[in-house]
Amino acid sequence: MTLLDIKNVNKHFGGLQAVSDVSFAVRKGMIKSVIGPNGAGKTTLFNLISGNLPLGSGTIFFEDRPIHGLRPYQIARQGISRTFQNIKLFPGMTALENVMLGRHTRSRSGFMAGMVPFPATRREENEIKTKSYELLELLEIRQFAQVEATSLAFGQQRAVEFARALASEPQLLLLDEPAAGLNIYETAEIARLITKIQSHGITVLLVEHDMSLVMDISDEIVVLSFGQKIAEDTPSAIQLNKEVIEIYLGGADA
Amino acid sequence: MTSQLFFQYLVAGITYGSIYAIVAIGFNIIYNTTGIINFAQGEFVMLGGMLAISLHSMLPLPLAIGLAVLITMLIGALIEIIFIRWLKSPSILRMIIITIGISILIREAALHVWGEGVRSLPYFNGNEITTIQLWGTNISPQVLWVISVCSIIVLLLSIFFKYTSLGQEMRACAANRLAATLCGISTKNMVTFSFMLSAGIGALAGCVVSPITYTQYDSGTGLAIKGFTVAVLGGLGNSMAAVAAGILLGIIEAFSVSVVPLAFQDAISIALLLLILFIRPHGLFGSKEAAGLKDF
Amino acid sequence: MKAGKYIPVALLALVLIGIQQLTQMTGTVYYLTQMTMTAYYALLVIGLCLVMGYAGQISLGHAGFFAIGGYTSAVLTTYNLTPLLEKGNVLISFMQASGVLVTRQSLYGQTLLSVHPWPACIVALILATAIAFLIGIPVLKLKGHYLAMATLGFGIIIYRVALASEIFGQADGISAVPGFVLLPDLIVSGDFNNRVQNYYIACSTLIIGFLLLQNLIDSRVGRALRAIHGSEEAANAMGVNTTRYKLYTFVLSAVFAALAGILLTHYNGGIGPSEAGIMKSVRYVAIVAIGGMANLWGALTMAAILNFLSLRGMFGSYDDAVFGSILIIIMLFAPNGLLRLPIWQFFKKSPAGK
Repeated sequence: MTLLDIKNVNKHFGGLQAVSDVSFAVRKGMIKSVIGPNGAGKTTLFNLISGNLPLGSGTIFFEDRPIHGLRPYQIARQGISRTFQNIKLFPGMTALENVMLGRHTRSRSGFMAGMVPFPATRREENEIKTKSYELLELLEIRQFAQVEATSLAFGQQRAVEFARALASEPQLLLLDEPAAGLNIYETAEIARLITKIQSHGITVLLVEHDMSLVMDISDEIVVLSFGQKIAEDTPSAIQLNKEVIEIYLGGADA
Repeated sequence: MTSQLFFQYLVAGITYGSIYAIVAIGFNIIYNTTGIINFAQGEFVMLGGMLAISLHSMLPLPLAIGLAVLITMLIGALIEIIFIRWLKSPSILRMIIITIGISILIREAALHVWGEGVRSLPYFNGNEITTIQLWGTNISPQVLWVISVCSIIVLLLSIFFKYTSLGQEMRACAANRLAATLCGISTKNMVTFSFMLSAGIGALAGCVVSPITYTQYDSGTGLAIKGFTVAVLGGLGNSMAAVAAGILLGIIEAFSVSVVPLAFQDAISIALLLLILFIRPHGLFGSKEAAGLKDF
Repeated sequence: MKAGKYIPVALLALVLIGIQQLTQMTGTVYYLTQMTMTAYYALLVIGLCLVMGYAGQISLGHAGFFAIGGYTSAVLTTYNLTPLLEKGNVLISFMQASGVLVTRQSLYGQTLLSVHPWPACIVALILATAIAFLIGIPVLKLKGHYLAMATLGFGIIIYRVALASEIFGQADGISAVPGFVLLPDLIVSGDFNNRVQNYYIACSTLIIGFLLLQNLIDSRVGRALRAIHGSEEAANAMGVNTTRYKLYTFVLSAVFAALAGILLTHYNGGIGPSEAGIMKSVRYVAIVAIGGMANLWGALTMAAILNFLSLRGMFGSYDDAVFGSILIIIMLFAPNGLLRLPIWQFFKKSPAGK
């Protein structure tokens, strides 16, 4: 079953065609990766899906509902959660608080309830806390719950960001270059966590530069070059695709 | 409205408008080199006027004005050196608060030195009742002084930024601070210089307008907010557009007197500021794309 | 585990009671007057602290909301409606019939008919809320310099309107504002006999306000606000409607400011345009900055100390200059507030290290 359906998506900045007529679908339960050399339009595509950039033209459907034109917070409420390439944890908040914020879409108390907390509000707050601890447990960082998130090691910060994104119980998790800035050990660790997340029934779409990570964990790969989709296949087929090899080798030449 | 009255309003509008334009250009000069809006910009105008008035009691008028401008420039440089130079990439919020603090200190210092009273320089030619005939209307020669001095400031500034190497270095700083540093331009000195320059032109404007509007310790705030309105109206950083915007605001303000009581005049021009900020924050002449690139 | 945060507040209440007892014993009850005023100003400051420290938005126009509250209440409770009633105005007769009007004697023995402080207070709060919404929607889309200038501009407009309008008493402001009868024996007024009572009214209002905000910061909403301050983009991606949260916070703090304005106006028996002035707004910002921005206790303490000293005339004619200097010094050397200077960490850490 198709979870996310991207159809004929375009985006240009001035004269630069950043994403050109890209279409692909993400089926439920899979890990799908978008790769491509620098400047291929990966991050732009990512920001179009998450609503951080307005779509030029085309459509994006999530569970058969259109999500193009929605603001990021509305997209989050649909059940799509994301992480950031340059980890964006909230400074001055503990790892636990960061994850608790992730429960925002799954809780309701507003300003009034915040000022005068009745039992229902406290119950909700406790639920948020329990659930957040569970996620820290899942990502193996429970011991850092009370540490200020931005003071953790880079790989741990990634894990906190994963936990925060998962806290909203998303159907689809968008990961923006999850291996960026990590060494090979940390990358392997992240790969393990991503498959662990998948095993909990969450669909993952990731944009990545690091080939080793992508080849190991992906079910399907989309290759972008100069904003265009040039291939979409399984990792083993992509590895043999002449055009893809050329782009990556050609990119290395230049 | 008679054509004579119309013309009177128009001249008044252009006069005040040129002063607003000078304040706006002062904002722009500092904004371009530092990315800071100097909330103490209006205080430079007040200081120029006040210093010239005090100095005039012992010196002839041109000398008093020259000295007042120099002292204000020195104060501008000191402000930059003491409060701004050594801060490493301060947040915008921090800079706003610091320059607001500076404006308060200058204002309070002026209050203690010169008191609450309203003062003014004498008219440069004749006195308050001297008029000259122009297109069938009587106008004060001081008005011509204001308009011509402001025009000359604008002219000299554009020559300075276009043709002198110092001016070009300042523009380089504005365009790309890092690249300018790499080319061997001392960006820190450029910032000091931009404070001196905008203090200087502010002070000179404060002197020529003093006979008409009078000078008081707290006259800076109003000027600052109107100068900012003009700077935004023209698109922050764009000084030529600020001249047009300044005259536009001056004229709107002058003609608003025929519709709204004088006491509400300030409220009108600030309401205009809010309106512009809400509708076209990139200015009447600026482009939206360019505004998006700058971090406000 | 939440009970822990109420202990400092309980201690604060004890301290406030202690201060009152102390003034009683030492015969310095007159201090309570300034302390009462200080408490109302502090109410505004903690509201502003929420906007600046937690939602990360500067407001240089909060004195405007104070003035909106104060002036509205003052006009409604002093404006003599008798002539209108005599002219047979239907609305006024209806209002009189429904009991929102009161009659009292003026100083000259004239009978005045005006709005009762309770409905006046409610109208003032609704007005402040409405204006905060109207101004907040466009203003909070702005950032940095533009936000600062827009809020400053708003403040100046309120000031100019107060100064220029006859109904607001122009430069003289409005005087002879009656006391606010909260309950039959509980009156907000500057009457000497009510001094102790008013001290407690002000302190209770402040403490209730403080508790509400403290709860809010600790809640789901507070977490969202701190997240917005940290990274607006990430907060948005986590499903926080950042625009709406900033707006609601702004409105909430405007209500705090307006309430402070209303109560202080009744306590002082009047209000003047200087209350709407830019210097007042800047002063509130200064106090929040000194307190450490995102620090409710810091804002409260600094508001108490600085306002009290200022009201007692400790700074003489250098009042504004003192606040200006504090503002610069804090922003230059301790942008995170006095309580977060490295020197405190030194004291904290050295014993633990051994």
